[in-house]
Amino acid sequence: MRILRLITFLAALTAYCLAAAAQSQLRGTGDLGIVIERANGSVCVVDTSARAILSCVEGFGDLSHASAVFSRDQRYAYVFGRDGGLTKVDLLEQRIVKRVLQAGNSIGGAISDDGKLIAVSNYKPGGIKVFDAETLNQVADIPASYGADGERSKTVGLVDAPGRRFIFTLYDAGEIWMVDFAEPGEPQITKIGRAGKLPYDALITADGRHYIAGLFGEDGLAHVDLWRSPARIERVLDGYGKGEAKMPVYKMPHLEGWALAGGQFILPAVGHSELLALDAETFKEAGRVKVHGQPVFAIARPDGRQVWVNFAHPLNDTIQVVDVPTLKVVHEFKPGPAILHMEFTPRGHEVWVSVRDANKVEIYDARTFEKRGELEMRKPSGVFFAARANRIGL
Amino acid sequence: MRRRMTLLPRLLLEVAMLLALTSAMASAEELSPQRKGELRNLIMQDCGSCHGMTLKGGLGSALRPVDLDGVEEETIARIVLDGVPDKPMPPWRGLLSDSEALWIAHALKAGVVK
Repeated sequence: MRILRLITFLAALTAYCLAAAAQSQLRGTGDLGIVIERANGSVCVVDTSARAILSCVEGFGDLSHASAVFSRDQRYAYVFGRDGGLTKVDLLEQRIVKRVLQAGNSIGGAISDDGKLIAVSNYKPGGIKVFDAETLNQVADIPASYGADGERSKTVGLVDAPGRRFIFTLYDAGEIWMVDFAEPGEPQITKIGRAGKLPYDALITADGRHYIAGLFGEDGLAHVDLWRSPARIERVLDGYGKGEAKMPVYKMPHLEGWALAGGQFILPAVGHSELLALDAETFKEAGRVKVHGQPVFAIARPDGRQVWVNFAHPLNDTIQVVDVPTLKVVHEFKPGPAILHMEFTPRGHEVWVSVRDANKVEIYDARTFEKRGELEMRKPSGVFFAARANRIGL
Repeated sequence: MRRRMTLLPRLLLEVAMLLALTSAMASAEELSPQRKGELRNLIMQDCGSCHGMTLKGGLGSALRPVDLDGVEEETIARIVLDGVPDKPMPPWRGLLSDSEALWIAHALKAGVVK
């Protein structure tokens, strides 16, 4: 009996020591990230150095479309789900800290430059809402009302801009707005102007100067130079598809990954199997690259020398790599069915590729294109690394 | 008070309804179980890109049975095949056959894809 008691005591002691040791094991989060598991409403916290899954966390709702931003200390990710859910997840403890259902249907979000505000871009009800990053309490509600009867527009392309500002685009109204939280009190809303027909997404350059919205309803883009005062919209690459038949677009391109590479922006054309190169100085066309299909993401390797491209259904099993100085496809491979997203490690030595219908994420050497690893996940889509915390517009 | 139909007309009506149903479904029945599985995945994953994986809508409209109430299956199938002009909804003709589009329309209305 006494021996049994001793064993129980020793077991308890060991468990206690192990738990204490686990708690005191310090680590940073700079090489961590998350992968969205689209079908399960779950998010896997990953370690990009170990190329491993730390833990997958459930309870994020409908993640059929999802994106994420990171807190300044890179400990927390804020996940924006399709169902209007805004969920704050702790990368260290791999658990949900807080979740609010802030709208019926949303598309993405942004974090302010001071890390204090989280803005969410909503389809239903159309507009943006802004939350305290700490508590997720609502700070502001900005309906994107337009027209005579004040209809609410879906909003897209929401990004942070320097000076505690957010910029976003009204899909239905075709306008670009800016909201400024620099002063205490009511935020200042500026309607910058008309972008064009059906703007579907937008980006801001890494220096926070240029905001560019892509249009679905017209061949062209809307550009805002934020260094100019007052800010106004200039159309660029107007009529880029002139004389060419537009092909059906089975998945909307995304603009978040547009590269400023070698003095030019490389971005997907809409309805054409092409990438467009836009001169970053003059904002005139600098060239084109024929690619495999309708590009979805054109993401620059962080050094800007190469751009990796994936494609819309049904050609979504392929990745092409474009050399920026020559605007030529230098590599093509087929990781598997339904490649949804690519994310580079911060300095671009490796790239993670989500292969939705193969239920895995593959990891490649971004220079030799050799496969370095693969991780099983359920219908993985977006891959987001914590280093985004330090980037304007991501 | 509901009038009870006499047996013969009621029987005829039921036979007619059954015939109508089977002829409408005939083309859909040619699809193999494997193809139906692929189409189910297509609805959730690829239509879901714009319409939401639970079909509650996104950039595209909501496509739950309640949203499609009063819309004919043929109309839905035609939109699937031909798309909507000046809107992001693309024509799927070439990727989907007529009977596949009709099966998708039927599946959406019946709510079998969740």
